Amino acid sequence: MEAASALELPALELRGIDKSFGAVHANRAVDLSVAKGSIHGIVGENGAGKSTLMGIVYGYYAADAGTIRVDGKEVHIAASQDAIAAGIGMVHQHFMLVENFTVLENVLLGAEGGALLKKGEAAARAALGKIMADYGLEVDLDAKIETLDVGTQQRVEILKALYRGAQILILDEPTAVLTPQEADALFRLLDTWRSQGRTVILITHKLREILAATDRVTVMRQGAVVATRDTAATSQEELAELMVGRRVQLRVAKDACVPGAEVLRATGLRYVDARGVERLRGVSLSVRAGEIVGIAGVSGNGQSELLEALAGLLPLAGGEIFYKSEKLAPPGTAAASRAARLHGIAHVPEDRHRMGMVVGYSAAESTILGYHGDEDLGFGPLLSNRAATTRTARLMGAYDVRPAAPALRSGNFSGGNQQKIVLGREIDRDPELLLIGQPTRGVDIGAIEFIHRRLVALRDAGKAILLVSCELDEILGLADRILVMFDGRIVGELGRDAADERALGLMMAGVAQAAAAE
Amino acid sequence: MEDLVLQTVSLLASTVRLAVPLILCALAGLFAERSGVVDIGLEGKMLAGAFAAASVAFWLQSAWAGLAAAMLVSIAFALVHGFACITHRGNQVVAGMALNVLAVGLTAVLAFAWFQEGGKTPALADAARFRPLQLPFVAEISTVPVLGTIYARLLSGHNALVYLTAALVPLVAFVVFRTRFGLRLRAVGENPHAVDTAGISVARLRYQAMLASGALCGIAGAYLSTAQSASFLREMTAGKGFLALAALIFGKWMPIPTLFACLLFAFADALQGRLQGVALPGIGVVPVQAIQALPYLLTILLLAGFVGKAHAPRASGIPYSKEK
Amino acid sequence: MSAGARLPRWVDLGLLPLLNLAAAFLLSGLVVLAIGEDPIKALRILVNGAVGYPEAVAFTLYYTTNFILTGLAVALAFHAGLFNIGGEGQAYVAGLGVGLVCLYLDFLPGFAVVPIAILSAAAFGAAWAAIPGWLEAYRGSHVVITTIMFNFLAAALMTYLITNWLLDPAHGAPETRRFAGHTTLWTMQQMLGWFGIKAPRSPLNAAFFLALAAAAFVWIYVWHTRAGYRLRTVGSSHKAALYAGIDPARTIVVAMAISGALAGLMAVNEIQGAQARLLLSFTGGYGFVGIAVALMGRNHPVGVCLAALLFGALYQGGAELAFEMRNINREMVIVIQGLIILFCGALENMFRPTLARLFARQGAA
Repeated sequence: MEAASALELPALELRGIDKSFGAVHANRAVDLSVAKGSIHGIVGENGAGKSTLMGIVYGYYAADAGTIRVDGKEVHIAASQDAIAAGIGMVHQHFMLVENFTVLENVLLGAEGGALLKKGEAAARAALGKIMADYGLEVDLDAKIETLDVGTQQRVEILKALYRGAQILILDEPTAVLTPQEADALFRLLDTWRSQGRTVILITHKLREILAATDRVTVMRQGAVVATRDTAATSQEELAELMVGRRVQLRVAKDACVPGAEVLRATGLRYVDARGVERLRGVSLSVRAGEIVGIAGVSGNGQSELLEALAGLLPLAGGEIFYKSEKLAPPGTAAASRAARLHGIAHVPEDRHRMGMVVGYSAAESTILGYHGDEDLGFGPLLSNRAATTRTARLMGAYDVRPAAPALRSGNFSGGNQQKIVLGREIDRDPELLLIGQPTRGVDIGAIEFIHRRLVALRDAGKAILLVSCELDEILGLADRILVMFDGRIVGELGRDAADERALGLMMAGVAQAAAAE
Repeated sequence: MEDLVLQTVSLLASTVRLAVPLILCALAGLFAERSGVVDIGLEGKMLAGAFAAASVAFWLQSAWAGLAAAMLVSIAFALVHGFACITHRGNQVVAGMALNVLAVGLTAVLAFAWFQEGGKTPALADAARFRPLQLPFVAEISTVPVLGTIYARLLSGHNALVYLTAALVPLVAFVVFRTRFGLRLRAVGENPHAVDTAGISVARLRYQAMLASGALCGIAGAYLSTAQSASFLREMTAGKGFLALAALIFGKWMPIPTLFACLLFAFADALQGRLQGVALPGIGVVPVQAIQALPYLLTILLLAGFVGKAHAPRASGIPYSKEK
Repeated sequence: MSAGARLPRWVDLGLLPLLNLAAAFLLSGLVVLAIGEDPIKALRILVNGAVGYPEAVAFTLYYTTNFILTGLAVALAFHAGLFNIGGEGQAYVAGLGVGLVCLYLDFLPGFAVVPIAILSAAAFGAAWAAIPGWLEAYRGSHVVITTIMFNFLAAALMTYLITNWLLDPAHGAPETRRFAGHTTLWTMQQMLGWFGIKAPRSPLNAAFFLALAAAAFVWIYVWHTRAGYRLRTVGSSHKAALYAGIDPARTIVVAMAISGALAGLMAVNEIQGAQARLLLSFTGGYGFVGIAVALMGRNHPVGVCLAALLFGALYQGGAELAFEMRNINREMVIVIQGLIILFCGALENMFRPTLARLFARQGAA
């Protein structure tokens, strides 16, 4: 499919969009032009300002400065209703659905078609029936959202936008919750829309998707647009370099792995979450001293739950965990989490802000989280703030935390420095086993390299590391052995040398598991 | 036989009379909480309304003028609540608390200063009150055994506000479940982000809910001081606002179940007067306080999941902010 | 992660609360004006009535004692992420704890019965608060609603017990007999007498020092103990607590129990100190004042003590005001209290954006 001719006015044109949240300059004088009937990608690292920019286009945030034109006509978008009126629809990364409403009620909300619901409902049913048939987006209109899986919920979001007659569709990280097959189906849908003359803006941080699905791509970095390219004329390498602003070297230099004794073994772990969904369906694995085991998978396939279960935080429905051949108490209680730490199991959680630290605490207070019972931190029941500050100052020096201010509020450090505080706290104890989730999410490039080097050093010191990451590059760069998770199960295992993105990708999709696992 | 019927009917009739302020307040709370604003300020709004109604009804010698004043004052209180919680994203419980305390203080101070009767308002003449109305054909039908008694003493003989309340319950149910406003109201209390991205103003919607809450609390207040009593008395709401809140929880934030919860609590109240000092067979004398405590006890048991489960609107209590 | 404006510390802790307080008093002045009295004169009477002469000071400090304790109760629970608005009921039930000991254990000598009564008050208050705490922690019922319900339950229970079982039949009023002299607390008059200082008769008693000790305890407990760290961590994030090996449910119950014990100590001041008998509704809304005190005092013990002093002065001065000014009654104080809760609590951030803009401009200049 060819991009639209240059003579036609762009479907969407942004000029000088600027937006600050307090001290954070989220968008800096952004210019963007999206051709009608095209699929336009926007890529950038976490925090590059992609979502904020599209939030502004959709009227969710108000820009501090700048103009928006739709089909060449300037529009004033003060609230989402203005965007909807201008024919813009958006599928947000976090779905904007009322959980205890039916699909139909969610679609109707804001487009009720009259003061009484009855008439609008009948009309909506008819219109939605047609949309669903046209695009193969089958959803039970009377099902409650909370009973639907995430993929279906995304379909509801798409229906909402189509029902409102959106001509420009913005999708924010739509594949984060999808399996590769579902993602492919979505991209086929985008193709259909393009052929009908609709315009699609696809926000993602996955370069593969950009190359596979878009006509043009705009790269954002630190709130500004750094480049726009025809997709056909660019490459993953170029885009990655544009995204981070220099040559990227995600491969860390490291020696061959010399695995030692088995440190962690889990057998048949099962976990059912509060909604009754089985998140872990019998996971077994083992991690040996001196190796980094990476867990790869599309987000939401049970990796997060696995990590938390191993750290003693989730009540398991079945299975056993052995640490140095000693059986651990069933997890899911504060006592189990305490016991794991005492055994020498360190855990750097995925959710840094709500679990790894307390953002309202001073750095010194966050640095003793989980270790507040240490004898050297006070006398008897008393806790010495001075002792905590001393320890924190030492760690800040050792882990290059900036600013090295123990009294500063944890939330005021950058993502990278927060992660260094958490990582420092956890490996300061010289643990035998480190469980680490998404170590570089929301972390700047400089800190990523620092963190990766530390992890490799820890491995070389003969420690066992279990790494969960949604970034394939990170897994490929660090792991000595790679396990792939899909739908709550481990569907394959590859040695570092045997692994490449293609093989991993297939396994992450749940395909070819038999071949790889046997 | 006829005596038993008479007694039962009179018990039920006083249940209805006691239930009216609870129902109105609970419906007020329903609007506020369904929109995502926890409303422990029902008590204060009702008290302020009661004082306004009694004062204006006395000055203008008109119950209807009193009612209008009560609604206005109560709405003003609700708007202060909204200003604090919606506009300035203040703590909803604290704001409700502030209004309750302020209402207790202001009504007592103003009543004392304006009327010099030690904190109450002057007794209202019948003309300035809501008086019982007789439904048509009462005289003819009342002679019919049982049904006649029920018609004459249970259905007929209440004041206008009782009939208004009876009409309001189905109306509120209709508005909440069958109209555009209701759909948006239910949505904004569950997920305001969904409402915002659907192109609807969260703040505007919540203010509308607070307006409804204020108006209904005002009617409840007017009922207390110009229908049930003939003047405003200090702290005359006596915890009814909280009891209504309990009923709302008990009714799981739905109009019809809430109505029945109010009737149940009012029935306990009506019964308590009659049971005083009476020994029940097999149980003995039930302390008045035990019956008074019953609604609260039931609500606690419900909240604890021992009898069913109550789920508050998911976003209630949380000030809306676009950044999560 | 709100984009809430950051302000210099002295503005945040000093200027902003003072502005809010000023707004509350300004509005109160308007109410006084509206009922045809002179606000300036009213303020003068209020201040004189609160601190103008020794007896006034004693009464002010007596009220302050109540407010420190109920304020601390709210503040401590707040740090665990709980809004305990049940201080009124907890103090009321604690009165029973004091009463039972002083009435039925008065065969014991004073040095035994006095501390037992104090501990009993704390234990009764703690128990009455721990139940809503347990319901929140293990059954998921919101503590705000349950503590409201428990206030009503406490009122019903106490009315029943006092009117049916504990009242002194020889006495007309619904109250118990007077406690034996050796079971009650020393009055301030007594204590100052030891040093040869003549003080006026007042309800001020040794419980005042108990309140100050409680404030010191809260400061140490919350910020200088491991238990306090656990409490604050739970108050910030249950996930972080679990991660750190802290049991959120248990911590909630403990926090509510301590909070209830603090509120319960208010009964020591009223029942064992001032009244020397158990009577109906002795809590007089002081439990609710504790909410205002905690809000104004920013949930810090020092702030709570200062705010309690302010409210103590208001209550005492308000009584004088009602006596001196024909058009004003005691409830004027409740109006001021309501406005303080409104401005210092619910509207605490009203002036923040304006101040932030002001300081940002100053900083830029």
